[in-house]
Amino acid sequence: MYPADYRYTKQHEWVKIDGAVGIIGITHYAQQELGDVVFVDMPKSGTKIKAGASFGSVESVKAVSEIFSPVSGEITENNPLLADAPEKINADPHVAAWLVKVKLDDPKEAAALMDAVAYTAYVAEAAKDH
Amino acid sequence: MLISIVSHYVSNFPVNTPAIAEIRKTALNAVHRRLNARMVNFGGWDMPLEYSGILAEHDAVRHRAGLFDVSHMGEIEITGPGAQSLVQWISCNNAAKLIDGQIQYSGLMTSRGTFVDDLLVHKISDTHYMLCVNASNQDADYAHIVAQNINGKFDAKVENTSPRYSQLAVQGPRAAEILQKLTPVALAPIRYYYFTFGQVSGIDCLIARTGYTGEDGFEIYFAPEHSEKLWNDLMAAGSPLGMIPAGLGARNTLRLEAGMCLYGHEIDDTTTPWEAGLAWICKMEKAPFLGSDVLAAQKANAHGLPRKLVGFEMLDKRIGRDGYPVDAAGKEVGRVTSGGPSPSLKKNIGMAYVPPGISAAGTDLSIDIRGQKAAARIIPLPFYKRPQ
Repeated sequence: MYPADYRYTKQHEWVKIDGAVGIIGITHYAQQELGDVVFVDMPKSGTKIKAGASFGSVESVKAVSEIFSPVSGEITENNPLLADAPEKINADPHVAAWLVKVKLDDPKEAAALMDAVAYTAYVAEAAKDH
Repeated sequence: MLISIVSHYVSNFPVNTPAIAEIRKTALNAVHRRLNARMVNFGGWDMPLEYSGILAEHDAVRHRAGLFDVSHMGEIEITGPGAQSLVQWISCNNAAKLIDGQIQYSGLMTSRGTFVDDLLVHKISDTHYMLCVNASNQDADYAHIVAQNINGKFDAKVENTSPRYSQLAVQGPRAAEILQKLTPVALAPIRYYYFTFGQVSGIDCLIARTGYTGEDGFEIYFAPEHSEKLWNDLMAAGSPLGMIPAGLGARNTLRLEAGMCLYGHEIDDTTTPWEAGLAWICKMEKAPFLGSDVLAAQKANAHGLPRKLVGFEMLDKRIGRDGYPVDAAGKEVGRVTSGGPSPSLKKNIGMAYVPPGISAAGTDLSIDIRGQKAAARIIPLPFYKRPQ
């Protein structure tokens, strides 16, 4: 379910590290909690974001959720797919529906986040609350 | 992320759970869980928020049909020689105009002319009325009515009969066709806001042509022990025609499009019918009734109303949600009462209280979305009217 080469936050974002670039998205668990996604609000390219800080939002029919960055860096690209088809986040949250690409301040920063095994255990625990 | 989902979730679906109360369940709780519904604490009730998804459920109700478990709703029955007088005293609409088998939307009033609750008054006879009230208000409503009937003042008996009923809502353009498969009662002659008694699947029901979706549909009331059978039989009859189970999420988007009030959002014990755009359910000619003196004074006040409920649409893709401030000329003038995406109209809509001077259709507003201003415009209510 959760790609082994990604890292995960407790707020249910993922980051894939590709050299000096980080790709950020929200997890399957997050999209399930939100339900039908209808709007994605991300800052423009060139915006600096900080690990642990809110930098945008994803809105579903029923709720709005702030997105917290897993890593620090500068946004280089927004996913063009999401402007017209935000519902892709429900269909393919881990691959096609990434949110932003970031030029990383420190490619090693993400190592402190959960790996797929730890995150899988973490969401299993969260699911018990339902 | 989770924290913000939970907090906004609460703002969309207010929870008024008494601190020590155990969460209440309808007779269909196990059915919802078997269907893998996403469950939510709604006013102290463990209810389905969505099954397949709010958008799919909303679409089914607008174009085919949806089946809602609304057994959490409360029923209060008023019987006896003084039943009509008591109903007339506590509510703002004119129940004397009802014929047997007719229903009206009304308000349960405080002495200040504000809402204890909104409700449906079903006239069974001159000496028997059944009130359908909001789930989380049912105990307060009952206590309020009993207090007005102190010492048998009205020669009427008031009973909270909620435990005796489950309620299912079959809503959508194919609702009549689906329900007709299961009942010998001819449904076509039952007009909107009328009801009859009859069997569905061999089970005694009160069959009412009412709903909270803006579509045609029926709400049926019956003894809780038959809940699973009726649910299953209705699904079996409706599935081939595209009916799916629908939860509170779709119920909210559907009623918002239809411009219908939700207690705790558009109306509460601080709002009057005039402010809420509900003059059509407030009949001063039947005065006196509870709060009618205050309502008469507010209506006659030369300074007008302090605020008015309006509908708005967002002018960009952002969403003005429940509780967000409404600004005009740079200062806060009101709050969004309900707001969100309109799946049928493909835009973002909402309702809000604003000063009467800026309540005309076409007026530009600004909604404060988490610190950012977003443009909105007042448009007439309801947002959606079903094709006739």
